[in-house]
Amino acid sequence: MLAYVMRRIGALFIILFGSSFLLYNLAAISTDPIAELRLSDAPNKEQLILNLTRELRLDLPAPIRYFIWLRGVLGVFVGNPNFGLTREQEPVINAIAGAIPVTIRLVFVATIVAIVLGISLGITSALRQYTRFDYGMTFFAFLLYSLPIFWVAVLLKQYLAIDFNDFLVNATISPPWIILFSAATGFFWAAIFSGTRKRVVQIFIGVFIANSLLLTAISATKWFAYPRLGPIAIAILGVGIALGVTYLSVGLQATAAVKTSLMMAGIGTISYFPAQAVLNSDRPRLGLLALFIVLVAVSVAGSYVFSRIDRGPIIRTSLITSTLVGLLILVDRLMQAWRPFVESDDVNYRPVATIGQSTIWLSEVPFWVRVLDQVMHLILPTIALTLISFAGYIRFSRGTLLDVLNQDYIRTARAKGLNERTVIMRHAFRNTMIPLTTIMVADFAGIVGGAIITERVFAWQGMGTLFNKAIVSFDLNLLMGVSIFLSTLAILANLVADLLYSALDPRIRVGAGK
Amino acid sequence: MAKKKSSASEVEQAQVDAGENAIFNKETEGLSQSQIVFRRFVRHRAAMIAVVVLFTIITLVYTALDWRIGAKEDPYIIPGWWKYNFEDMPPLLFEDCPGGSVGCPTIDAIPFLDGDGVKMGEHPFGQDDIGRDYFALVMRGAQRSLLVMFIIGLIAATLGTVIGAVAGYFRGWVDAILMRLVDFIITIPVIIIGSVIGYHYGNKGAAFLAVLLGFFAWTGLSRLVRGEFLTLREREFVDAARVAGASNRRIIFKHILPNAIGVIIVSVTLLMSGAILLETALSFLGFGVTAPDVSLGLLISTYQDAFTTRPWLFWYPGLFIIAIALCINFIGDGLRDAFDPRQRRRLTRKDKENARMMKNRSEVAS
Repeated sequence: MLAYVMRRIGALFIILFGSSFLLYNLAAISTDPIAELRLSDAPNKEQLILNLTRELRLDLPAPIRYFIWLRGVLGVFVGNPNFGLTREQEPVINAIAGAIPVTIRLVFVATIVAIVLGISLGITSALRQYTRFDYGMTFFAFLLYSLPIFWVAVLLKQYLAIDFNDFLVNATISPPWIILFSAATGFFWAAIFSGTRKRVVQIFIGVFIANSLLLTAISATKWFAYPRLGPIAIAILGVGIALGVTYLSVGLQATAAVKTSLMMAGIGTISYFPAQAVLNSDRPRLGLLALFIVLVAVSVAGSYVFSRIDRGPIIRTSLITSTLVGLLILVDRLMQAWRPFVESDDVNYRPVATIGQSTIWLSEVPFWVRVLDQVMHLILPTIALTLISFAGYIRFSRGTLLDVLNQDYIRTARAKGLNERTVIMRHAFRNTMIPLTTIMVADFAGIVGGAIITERVFAWQGMGTLFNKAIVSFDLNLLMGVSIFLSTLAILANLVADLLYSALDPRIRVGAGK
Repeated sequence: MAKKKSSASEVEQAQVDAGENAIFNKETEGLSQSQIVFRRFVRHRAAMIAVVVLFTIITLVYTALDWRIGAKEDPYIIPGWWKYNFEDMPPLLFEDCPGGSVGCPTIDAIPFLDGDGVKMGEHPFGQDDIGRDYFALVMRGAQRSLLVMFIIGLIAATLGTVIGAVAGYFRGWVDAILMRLVDFIITIPVIIIGSVIGYHYGNKGAAFLAVLLGFFAWTGLSRLVRGEFLTLREREFVDAARVAGASNRRIIFKHILPNAIGVIIVSVTLLMSGAILLETALSFLGFGVTAPDVSLGLLISTYQDAFTTRPWLFWYPGLFIIAIALCINFIGDGLRDAFDPRQRRRLTRKDKENARMMKNRSEVAS
């Protein structure tokens, strides 16, 4: 195993060398930094050209310049890497170090949302194979595959930012929209829970009425303008989460698990009140950490109280429940910051931001307002990136689950009388996750590449911006810095994917043979 | 495997299976592999719709504008059916536009709504800032994007197949060198290579850019082809061909390649839909096709800020990109199903009835 990893890391350096050599020369051949100067009519043109040539070592052929650059980079091994200077005489490594967190923040949330949504839709689609829902999902996935991200981004800016901000001014939903939204959700759920015609109609009507009532209430209370969850909503949602999570993970007949997760929902709701004090203190990050530790401890303890055997799944269930309820409390705290955020001078009732990664605050604002501001800036780019990348997850998880469901061990599981939930969640879903893991990891590197366009549209100052700048200003050092980072990420992601694959699937032997 | 006593239901299932198999076998009786694949593809409804739509788009796009062949000053002109060319500058129309904007689209594709019926009007897709006919611009852009897509597809398919085939067939050091080359190229994100090339050669025209991009787009395909060749070269028919004295070239191209063609065609279609998105993305970033030439991505990039006031400048090029990419994706999906030997369509009730009738008829006859 270790030998295998070492061999792969050795290969990593060879590949990095090869690809950077290729890109450097390609870029050096196709760039001409002097072109602009040649056309200028500055009196000291000759001198300027000479200076630039000396500064960028243009008198040397490109491959030799590459090795000069490489010598600096190899300083990594002696702890003194030198990625060169940008055209503005700033060390490349500083520029990149500043850009990485921005890009990671952009990509991280999008990846997680894409994975969760894509896998759940894909799996539902597979379980409803050859139904209208399945065909609809297939079409939807292909449509997303074919969408240019910059196009989606501009649409999002218009409809989810500008129009939504306009909507927030009085935050009332007109009846046609209520009917439309409710009908759409009704169709969605009726399509998922397909069955006899009567059942489908029942579900549709039920969802339709529930949704209309909810939307009417939201509209009447102007909830979008004054969002708030409060302990009562958290309690209701908490019970829903507890039952849902328990149903999916161990089934509702496991009374110990139901009790534990319901208790966790209750404790979560009660902890709403002390949590306010913790979150409003002047060290909210520390408070959050403390809160999380308490929740974990309580859910572990709770499962010890309620069950004697098989505690693992129960601990898992209650942990998921308590984490989700904790997130609700956090969301509620952010919502409390909504009014101060919206009413502040710098935001001025335009909360959904279209540009930049955070508002430039002219006045001192509280911690939570600042966090909320970053969240509001994240929304649009995250939706754009998610839309583009989760089509792959829908298709892939659907295909994999269908393959798995045809396996003999699924037939065995059904034959020994397991109920459908156990067959799907325990036997099929887990095996579906094995190939999916590799896709996820490899995809993360891909999304970073896609972030280049997203950053451009939403004017984020991340790797994409650096890359744009590098291309436009013929900045070889900067270009190589960005590219080396992305390539390394891609190769490492592949390595991690392979290792994960072998860790998850005992049939795969890594490093045995060639 | 130990033989077990079959239960009644298993016997029944076996009979049903045999029945289905019989229907499938009946369907494919006396057909060659390519005929079977073709039949399966034709039966894939989404793919067939996609073929028709794509064909319509291609015809529409390439017949609309004048073709100018030959010298710039005195070209030979094949007239298109649309009255404007993308370089013409008719006067900007001010009438009847919503919200005080100018140059709005005159197309009316939905009859009954305002009682005018279907018509194209003077400028179906509207006009841009300086009055150029947007329909002509979008047609020109779609021409460029389709051209780029086909060129990239062609070059990548050729290079990827040949390199993958050589690597997989000869193995050893040839394989090692070629696959390291693939590794080198594949680790650089496509958008980076594309931008580096595009920013400096984009002004040399879309075709030139497409050729350059094609030289870097073959890597994924070559890996797939190599994998296919590695397994196929161990099969008996290859040994038989070698014993019969076939040369390496003949074995590669006449014996192994036809067996790998399914994988190649499917992945080339998917590569092409990726190519059109890459071209539009590069043009959007300003690293692809540049003015005065037109591309769909460039159109969107130019008018993205006009979205609030004149959304049609944004919608039409986008819709063409999506329509083309969507068609290619569906065709790829249909081809994958058609080439997949495990793939079986579900028997419809009609199939079973047909089979029963055939059986009855043969029983009556005998």
